[in-house]
This record gives sequence, structure tokens and C-alpha cells, in this order.
Amino acid sequence: MQFFGGSDVSPSPPAPTAAGHNANVMYMFNRNGVCLFYREWNRPLRTLNPQQDHKLMFGLLFSLKSLTAKMDPTSGDKGNLGVPQLPGQGCSFHSFRTNTYKLSFMESPSGIKIILVTHPRTGDLREALKYIYSLYVEYVAKNPLYNPGTPVRCDLFDTNLDQYVRSIS
Amino acid sequence: MSRASGPRSGDAIFASVERVNAELFTLTYGAIVRQLLTDLEEVEEVNKQLDQMGYNIGIRLIDEFLAKSNVSRCVDFKETAEMIAKVGFKMFLGVTASVTNWDADGTCCSIVLEDNPLVDFVELPDTCQGLYYCNILSGVIRGALEMVSMKTEVTWTRDMLRGDDAFELQVKLLKQVPEEYPYKEDD
Repeated sequence: MQFFGGSDVSPSPPAPTAAGHNANVMYMFNRNGVCLFYREWNRPLRTLNPQQDHKLMFGLLFSLKSLTAKMDPTSGDKGNLGVPQLPGQGCSFHSFRTNTYKLSFMESPSGIKIILVTHPRTGDLREALKYIYSLYVEYVAKNPLYNPGTPVRCDLFDTNLDQYVRSIS
Repeated sequence: MSRASGPRSGDAIFASVERVNAELFTLTYGAIVRQLLTDLEEVEEVNKQLDQMGYNIGIRLIDEFLAKSNVSRCVDFKETAEMIAKVGFKMFLGVTASVTNWDADGTCCSIVLEDNPLVDFVELPDTCQGLYYCNILSGVIRGALEMVSMKTEVTWTRDMLRGDDAFELQVKLLKQVPEEYPYKEDD
């Protein structure tokens, strides 16, 4: 993961940001790969332009999901690697951790993917992601001015999200 | 550490959401249909428009359904139909529904509604024979299922406003559309 960290491995991870936000970056995608939402609270290193960054993130998740499902030792039916799966089918990964960050992931059966990048000592964020999904439902899905499948531009969603993210440990 | 909870029952969710006055809901829906009839005049056009409106509702409703009911992916279409009848209808309309009439390969079933808040106080006049008054419901189901990768066809087989004894929807699964990698490989 060259572009997300420094060059050398440092044993101690950076402390949570001084601004009080406990998350670094958040992405939200729909099933067609459209980046519905991107928010950064703390991202010191940026190497790609936003479109490439989003595509890369989506591609990474797509491949990771496929890989983890195929490597599942408990499931019986395995198609070939690369065969598309229905969202939610099979096992799904929910986070990975490096020495500098932790990436938590949630996908709903309707294909909405929520990704949260936080500091490495963060606990299990599955409930937090579910809560963010319900925020999305309240302020975005139910918003008549929002066109489904397009990037989210809802102030209420932004403020509520900010408030919630501040409280994640 | 919070424990991940399983799927919630329709009754539990229905009790916990904000509710609106039933008559307000029925009369608002009636006003919509009335206005559509005035604007479009053709009963078939109104049916199509109601279905389209339902579709637009369904594609948003599915996220609310998934968020509130906490259900994970259904294993097959039978489970999906049960979910719609037991959790979906209960949660959004307060109505109990049941699933019957499965065909041999499990792709087609009927959902029977015990009561229907949309049609309280409604009688169809002779000029509106052929109108599917509750067609918005078929659109909602179609839209919602499309967002979970299922292409379906939803039609009314029994309609109390037309003289039958119950409300029955036939839901037929046409195909499952798995997720494809959306970006082209050339860049």
C-alpha cells in the first residue's frame, strides 16, 4: 500500500486527530460504482486525482469481496474467481487493518457500500456503519430532491454525519 | 462492544416508527388517483403512471427497509417473498400479508393482503372499470426488488374493488442480475 503511508514502518500509529474527528476518510458507493459520497476529515497524503482515487477504492473493494468469498473455507459452492456475485451473498469482509490505518466496510443487499478509514486502534465499526446507513436513509433516500444514483449533496446528512463521527471511538 | 442484532420482526418495527393518521393517508392517496384520472383521462395511462410512481418509491424504500429490519441477504426467492409479506407490508402499511400459490420452480407466488388501508371508503364508478386502484403497490415491490438484483413482474390477480374477495398480487421472478464490475477495462 504505497500511497497511503510513509516509507518506513513505524511501530506506533499516529494519534487521533487534534480536530476531534475520529475518522480520517469516508466513501460511499452504489452498486454501479458511482461514488455517492466522499468526505475527508484528515488525509495528509493525496496522490491521485479524485476520480482515479474513487475508482481505485471501488475496484479494491470489489476484488477483495470476490477474493474473500472464494477463499471461504466454510462455504460449499464456489464459482470461478471473477464470477460476479449478488451483493450480500456469500461471506463478506468487513475490515482490514494496517499499521497506520483501519478500513471498515459495509455493504447492504441493495449495493450501497460504506467505507470508513480510521486510526488503527479503532474497534469493530459494524454497528457504526449500520448507523451511518440509517442516516443515509433518513436524510438522503427520503429526500425528494435527491436523485438516486447521483452524488449526495444534502446538508442535513453532512451535519448529522459529522456529529456522529465525532463520537465514534 | 455491542452485539450484532438479528433481523427485527415487522411488528416491532411498525411499533417503533413514526406513524401518520390512517385517514389522512387514505384520502391523500385517493386525491392522487383522482387527480391522475383528471389529468390523464385514460385508465390504462393512470395504471402505468401509478406503477411508475410506485417504482420510484420502491427504489428508495428498499434502503429504509434494509436499514430498519436489519435483514441480510435472502437465500432464495421464497425467503424474499416471505420477507415482503411478513416484514415489509407490516412495517410500512401495518398490514398482515401471506404468501401462497408457489409454482413448481419457486419463481412465482401470490401475496394476499388481509386488509388494505389504501382502499378504505373507495368504490370504483362505472367509468373507471379497468383501473387498478392500488397499482402503486405493484410498482413499489418491483422497484424495491430491482435494487436487490431481482427483475420481477408484479400484477394484480384479485382486487376487491372489482368484486373479488381479497387483494392478491402475483409476483413473478424473471431473473437475478448479479453485480458486474462497472468500469471498462481500457483505462
